[in-house]
Amino acid sequence: MAENKKEMPPEMREKLKAGFNQEWRKELRKSFPMKERMKIERQKMPERDPDERNKDFFEVNRGLDAKAAVTEAKRCWDCANPQCVKGCPVGIDIPAFVKMIEIGDFDQSVRKLKETNALPAICGRVCPQESQCEEVCNLKKATGTPVAIGNLERFAADYEREKGEMFIPSLPPSTGKKVAIIGSGPAGLTVAGDLALKGHKCTIFEALHLPGGVLWYGIPEFRLPKRILEAEVDYLKKLGVELRTNFVVGLTATLNELKKEGFDAFFVGTGAGLPNFMRIPGENLIGVYSANEYLTRVNLMRGFEFPEYDTPVYLGKNAVVLGGGNVAMDSVRTSKRLGAEKSTIVYRRSRVEMPARIEEVHHAEEEGIEFHFLTTPTRFMGDDKGHVKAMECIQMELGEPDSSGRRRPVPVEGSEFIMEADLVVVAIGNSPNPLIPQTTPQLKVGRWGNIEVNWDTMETSMKGVYAGGDIIRGGATVILAMGDARIAANEMDKYLQKR
Amino acid sequence: MAKILKRERLVPNIHVIEVEAPEIVRKCKPGQFVIIMPDKKGERIPLTIADWDKKKGSITSVFLVVGTSTHKLAQLKEGDDVPVFVGPLGRPSEIDNFGTVLVAGGCFGIAAVYPIARALKEKGNKVITLLDVKASYLLYWEEKLREVSDQFHVSSRDSFYDCKEYIPKTLDAILKKEKKIARIHSIGCTYLMYTCAEATRSHEIKTLVSLNPIMVDGTGMCGACRVTVGGKTKFACVDGPDFDGHLVDWDELFMRRKSYFDDEIQSMCYWEKKNFP
Repeated sequence: MAENKKEMPPEMREKLKAGFNQEWRKELRKSFPMKERMKIERQKMPERDPDERNKDFFEVNRGLDAKAAVTEAKRCWDCANPQCVKGCPVGIDIPAFVKMIEIGDFDQSVRKLKETNALPAICGRVCPQESQCEEVCNLKKATGTPVAIGNLERFAADYEREKGEMFIPSLPPSTGKKVAIIGSGPAGLTVAGDLALKGHKCTIFEALHLPGGVLWYGIPEFRLPKRILEAEVDYLKKLGVELRTNFVVGLTATLNELKKEGFDAFFVGTGAGLPNFMRIPGENLIGVYSANEYLTRVNLMRGFEFPEYDTPVYLGKNAVVLGGGNVAMDSVRTSKRLGAEKSTIVYRRSRVEMPARIEEVHHAEEEGIEFHFLTTPTRFMGDDKGHVKAMECIQMELGEPDSSGRRRPVPVEGSEFIMEADLVVVAIGNSPNPLIPQTTPQLKVGRWGNIEVNWDTMETSMKGVYAGGDIIRGGATVILAMGDARIAANEMDKYLQKR
Repeated sequence: MAKILKRERLVPNIHVIEVEAPEIVRKCKPGQFVIIMPDKKGERIPLTIADWDKKKGSITSVFLVVGTSTHKLAQLKEGDDVPVFVGPLGRPSEIDNFGTVLVAGGCFGIAAVYPIARALKEKGNKVITLLDVKASYLLYWEEKLREVSDQFHVSSRDSFYDCKEYIPKTLDAILKKEKKIARIHSIGCTYLMYTCAEATRSHEIKTLVSLNPIMVDGTGMCGACRVTVGGKTKFACVDGPDFDGHLVDWDELFMRRKSYFDDEIQSMCYWEKKNFP
């Protein structure tokens, strides 16, 4: 839907150039030649042992220590024309924050990050860096292994949090303008952070009882510990952002009603909260979950601590997860941790088409997850209590590329077979949540139920109402949502200043 | 956080709860529900809105004590806070002047049909109320419901009221006598709604039921509450909770409601041991 590789704005290019020409950066480059830098090996992210970690919900990656981070930062060439910045949807000044790590000034490094990214500890963990900043890293072109930008981002953010003193930038005087942000997911949090720094009063409305959207209910503890999310949300509160949980915009109050209450601008970041199902027989058997339900039960309702927490979640012995994205990987690794003897990914395309982050696939394999490619279920079968016990599958082969550029899977006739499964998680994507479009008739909606926006400004068909993230894209990533949010926040600021 | 203004046992095992929720009061309509969490470790449970007070800004619901979270709810006192009280969720019931409408309720549904009966009465309908209780001492809100009803019937196994038969038989008898009933609203346990829908099928009278599958978020995000209606999968939280009872796949609903039967027992035992050693 969206084209993300835009030309870099001139003011950004100027800023990068000014940083590049700073004396300390010049000296740092001189002090250690490129050739030497190339000799340093990429620092390995310390990980917990697969056989230990696949039995609990503690974080898999331990994070680089200071020494490793400084060493890794030395690998960066501090290029005159840094491609990585272009590869980042929110345009972080990557060479600047990396070089600050190299000289050991971690405090300045995290401040640099926070100029453009309010949630660095989260992005350092969940961004698909290999297809963004790290993919276009000049070092990758030369040596094949890019600078571990994501790991360094995480290091700097963790350093500050663990130190216990969060730097709070000085806020400009209040503009007196009120902004309503609907949804507290990555897009909403980013808009709130950006606009708070510009002096606008931001209120985030969240339907669930805990803020974070997909960062809470979707991404598991072992990949993004919730205390880290809480710390990033706390930081926003310190910037003066107000949080209203248990408030369903559209039902508790409509967008138009909030407008009458005096909000000057709106950002809709309500996400892809409508799970897609296979639409095949037996899908409503007990033990067949949408990934949203499965992960919500575990992450938001803490089903993994049942019965201390009241919400149960079905623990399969033979868990099958349908899909090949990050949500599928999160689900399958969760099922393993909840004690499944066998946890399997069933994906209709082949390995190379899987949209999941490479690291997640790699971690899943280490943890003993099995993969069944070029396979799709055709129906689910249950026992006499209505519980799923198996599924009939059919083999697929890859045909011509479809609109997504990936080769379209085609069923192989007569290749049906039965696969046992007593827990099935359907992780084949989500559609945009319809609550806001349904209750806001002025909003123009596309054919998939997505809110239509002007992609240059993120403004919707309603003046002063902006949108970003999965509600306009259908189902993407945390960082793309944040990229939309960054554009929207800039435009919203301009709009508010004119009012 | 929302403040509990009142929590009282109405009859054995059935409690009324009144919660301060000025925003929900402004918007709520008959047939909608709220989701409540008794404490931070509790489940999110859907409760039909049974009444509201615009002046006080409060919402009233009635619930049956079944599992751990409802046991916890039944322990709450005036002045306590609950971490989640969100709504109004779901589509409101269709209210219009249909002529004669029968509302049928049992258990917690006696309270849940009240706002529907009241709204139908206000629209000028002739309202026939039929309630089912296992014994006469389990009836509550009689005065409230009589006030909004043109006819008031109770089936009670102890024959204290009209008759002792289970609700479908009484319903059938009323339908045979009252020829002009335009539609029926039925709320209660799944079995009550199912039997009501079966009783009206041959009379070909539209029967709306307020479905009560297991829910988690209540805003259409998770799909836990999926039900099959007319051969299509619907989400009770956003497409309902009212559906045409003649089109509902009742077997599937009965089955799915039992999804966590064993877990619920385990959870209760754990909670009881911890709190009442």
